[in-house]
Amino acid sequence: MPLDDATYRYTLPGATGEWEIVIGLEVHAQVQSNAKLFSGASTEFGAAPNTHVSLVDAAMPGMLPVINKHCVEQAVKTGLGLNAQINSFSRFDRKNYFYPDLPQGYQISQFQFPIVGEGEIVCERDDGSRFTVGIERLHLEQDAGKSIHDLDPNATYVDLNRSGVALMEIVSKPHVRSPQEAAAYVRTLRTIVRYLDTCGGDMEKGQMRADVNVSVCRPGQYEKFRETGDFKHLGTRCEIKNVNSLRFIMQAIEYEARRQIDIIEEGGKIDQETRLFDANTGVTRAMRSKEEAHDYRYFPDPDLLPLELEESFIENIRVNLPELPEAKRKRFVEVLGLSEYDASVLTADKDRADYFEAVIAGADAKLSANWVNNELFGRLNKEGFSITESPVSPVQLAKLVSLITSNVISGKIAKDVFEIVWAEGGDPEQIVESRGMKQVTDTGAIQKVVDELIAANPEQAEKVKVKPQTLGWFVGQVMKATGGKANPQAVNEILRKKLLDV
Amino acid sequence: MSDVFSMNLLEARDALSRGDVSSAELTAAHVKAAEDAQGALNCFTVIDADHALGMAKASDARRAKGEAGVLEGVPLVIKDLFAVKGIETTASSNILKGFKPEYESTVTQNLWDAGAVMVAKSSMDEFAMGSSNETAATGPVVNPWRAKGSDEKLVPGGSSGGSVSALAADIGYGATGTDTGGSIRQPAAFTGLVGVKPTYGRCSRWGVVAFASSLDHPGAFGKTVRDSALLTQVMAGHDPKDSTSYPGAVPDMLSACEKPVKGLRIGVPKEYRMDGMPGEIDTLWAKGVEWLKAQGCEIVDISLPMTKYALPAYYIIAPAEASSNLARYDGMRYGLRVEGEDLIDTYEKTRAAGFGKEVQRRILIGTYVLSAGYYDAYYVKALKVRRRIYEDFQAAFEKVDAILTPTTPSAAFGIGSKSKADPIEMYLNDIFTVTANIAGIPAMSVPAGLDAQGLPLGLQVITRALDEETMFSVAAAIEDAAGFTAKPERWW
Repeated sequence: MPLDDATYRYTLPGATGEWEIVIGLEVHAQVQSNAKLFSGASTEFGAAPNTHVSLVDAAMPGMLPVINKHCVEQAVKTGLGLNAQINSFSRFDRKNYFYPDLPQGYQISQFQFPIVGEGEIVCERDDGSRFTVGIERLHLEQDAGKSIHDLDPNATYVDLNRSGVALMEIVSKPHVRSPQEAAAYVRTLRTIVRYLDTCGGDMEKGQMRADVNVSVCRPGQYEKFRETGDFKHLGTRCEIKNVNSLRFIMQAIEYEARRQIDIIEEGGKIDQETRLFDANTGVTRAMRSKEEAHDYRYFPDPDLLPLELEESFIENIRVNLPELPEAKRKRFVEVLGLSEYDASVLTADKDRADYFEAVIAGADAKLSANWVNNELFGRLNKEGFSITESPVSPVQLAKLVSLITSNVISGKIAKDVFEIVWAEGGDPEQIVESRGMKQVTDTGAIQKVVDELIAANPEQAEKVKVKPQTLGWFVGQVMKATGGKANPQAVNEILRKKLLDV
Repeated sequence: MSDVFSMNLLEARDALSRGDVSSAELTAAHVKAAEDAQGALNCFTVIDADHALGMAKASDARRAKGEAGVLEGVPLVIKDLFAVKGIETTASSNILKGFKPEYESTVTQNLWDAGAVMVAKSSMDEFAMGSSNETAATGPVVNPWRAKGSDEKLVPGGSSGGSVSALAADIGYGATGTDTGGSIRQPAAFTGLVGVKPTYGRCSRWGVVAFASSLDHPGAFGKTVRDSALLTQVMAGHDPKDSTSYPGAVPDMLSACEKPVKGLRIGVPKEYRMDGMPGEIDTLWAKGVEWLKAQGCEIVDISLPMTKYALPAYYIIAPAEASSNLARYDGMRYGLRVEGEDLIDTYEKTRAAGFGKEVQRRILIGTYVLSAGYYDAYYVKALKVRRRIYEDFQAAFEKVDAILTPTTPSAAFGIGSKSKADPIEMYLNDIFTVTANIAGIPAMSVPAGLDAQGLPLGLQVITRALDEETMFSVAAAIEDAAGFTAKPERWW
């Protein structure tokens, strides 16, 4: 399995030669918190419009922001999860612009001094190879409200429920090289924040969304950029705002890269601009040019003191950090002996990893991994259930797996037991006991069945002696006769002895 | 009852506690006086007799139950910058016309919790921007004081001009104000009153309509130093709703007024002696020095070399913050809205109609100084000056315990007399007061005498951050020595 595969190249053909893409992402992740960043109002999703709006959120005259300490802790925790520098001094600035869903007329953000500095995370491509993406910074900021344009042909409605909700803006370095890598990066971020419990990560609920910066360049240019840090080696970038699903991120990048290549190859020039992705048509269109870009007139918010974090505050969060996906994956491989594939699948989602770890508290790790990844996930996918909705609990599954490892039932019978537990619930041990599903390991009993079968099927028995691979027919018959309860290993041994004399 | 108006706050409080008069009686008299004076002085934005009497009756009921607070039943005037629940609060601006907050500012809540009663809300320069109270949406406020032998209408100073006009006319026994560059001390000096700007963070800004957040200081007016001390100490206190609120305990400012000043070192900064300043202000300043010397203070010549940069720095920082603070008045949620053809047009029409000229000027200046390409040259530089001014004071306070200066470079001037002038001439009114806002340190104005035209002048006492006690001790010493008892001759 290649680690940090430096040979990975994603190229796009053009009329004048090959092109490469360079991508940087700004991911807005909603901080997992009951209250907003600077007001006590609730952050509950799906409430009736304008029901979670405090006087501060509505920017009534004379109202003042007060920092929600929990959100600060969450940002620090996330920073640590991104292996990033935590800045003991950070500051809130005002980003000034007018819009009806921005009641204050400014967004409180961190411009010059973010709470989290540089870091990096390891991501995994679809083929299992891994790549590292540098993190530029993470800062805290307020979300705006929501403008609703489609309720009335002549008016825009504003819902301020989101106004003031805490966001972490996580800015990557331009280290992402393909649409697939962009999706993998966002997926990894989502996994990390979900492990940390600092963001729900649900893109459908708007808990995560991305601004995607895309530029194209000729092969070799990116490497020059990495060597020198000089952006002149890269093409002019366009920023695609507010893309809210992994699929759209990939589509937007594909479209945008192709658009830029076409312009350059036709002798044109890329204008640095902000664009919007239209999910219905799959195209990006210009929103505003660099010249039209807002002058946000950032300045330090005089209503708030700078954030000064004690070393002990950061340390306390650091020591209480949960095991992160990358560390967990390594441990699953190195300590539990799982395959890279199993370990990746199991750690890609915190709930799955939690489930698996609960199972192996009472059962063999490798076999459990098989059962969780194949039987359980297969069945859950089929029914459209998430792992947290699984009708089979970790304890039930652990008992089931243990029944296999202790030879009480065969893997085949185990599948029947699994079906029963899935449909009816109950204790696997009791189910096996009360329904007589225990494996027959009594060689005498198996021998009796084998003898009867050989006697009843003499031609078949002769055939086995010529073609030993047809032994399986007898195995099947024995299993059938014993209702699948015969220990397959014992059946094999006895049959071979009888028919092949080995 | 005939002389209820001549009482000061402590006397009125005693009269109430003795039962000489009820709050209902006192308040009714003050409401009547307010209504009678409004036509001539134009100093109120709201006179709500029912509201005032309701508060007064509730106060009398509390007293009857033995639950009297330290300001029980005392009628006060509240500057229109403070949100008072259910009462129109406009910051004297058309853009907030009709706005009735659903909340009470922390400072006024502290006053009501102590038993005080609101007589009326007072006019001010629009959004506290001005030094003459000529920019209020409801028109200029008139100073009860007039020059000897003249009937020219004078400004009361600003921005808290309504509060001082009312109090100088014996309406209310105290008033609230806010001071961003001198808006408490300058009007106090123009009207023969005491005006206190405590340390930044001492009085909560929660519920006070913001002008320039890092410079806005709620404070108090009194007829006497002791009145203003009691009011300030009731208004002050930590407020978790204001992140810049000082968390420590509030000192006993009233008791500090009784503390002798013997042995205190008083600084006299040479940079406050301006060219072209009327001689009588210099004379009064020298008198103040003598009064304190006579009471055993040591007088020390000091230098505050950055003083000359204070006003330019202030006129960058204050408009910058204001341009952002006033962005919320967009016609979308409350206050004035003038419908336009589209969103931008609605914004422009609303703000053009809602904000007066001076407010628009400052929003423009603030927007300019924060713009890309100008930010470093203006805003960042102004913050550096701010730091240096603070360091000037720190260095001075290693040598002295308090600083004595004139409050203003002139006495009250005629309404409209500066209307044609460069706005900078008006801004110069704040030249002695603005430094204490920039440094966030306590400062107050005490009436010290009259000029040749019979108009009041004030002296300013500045002390270390959080040392309001020394400030009140020195102010009380000046008050005692000055024996200032002059009153405007009643013409309204």
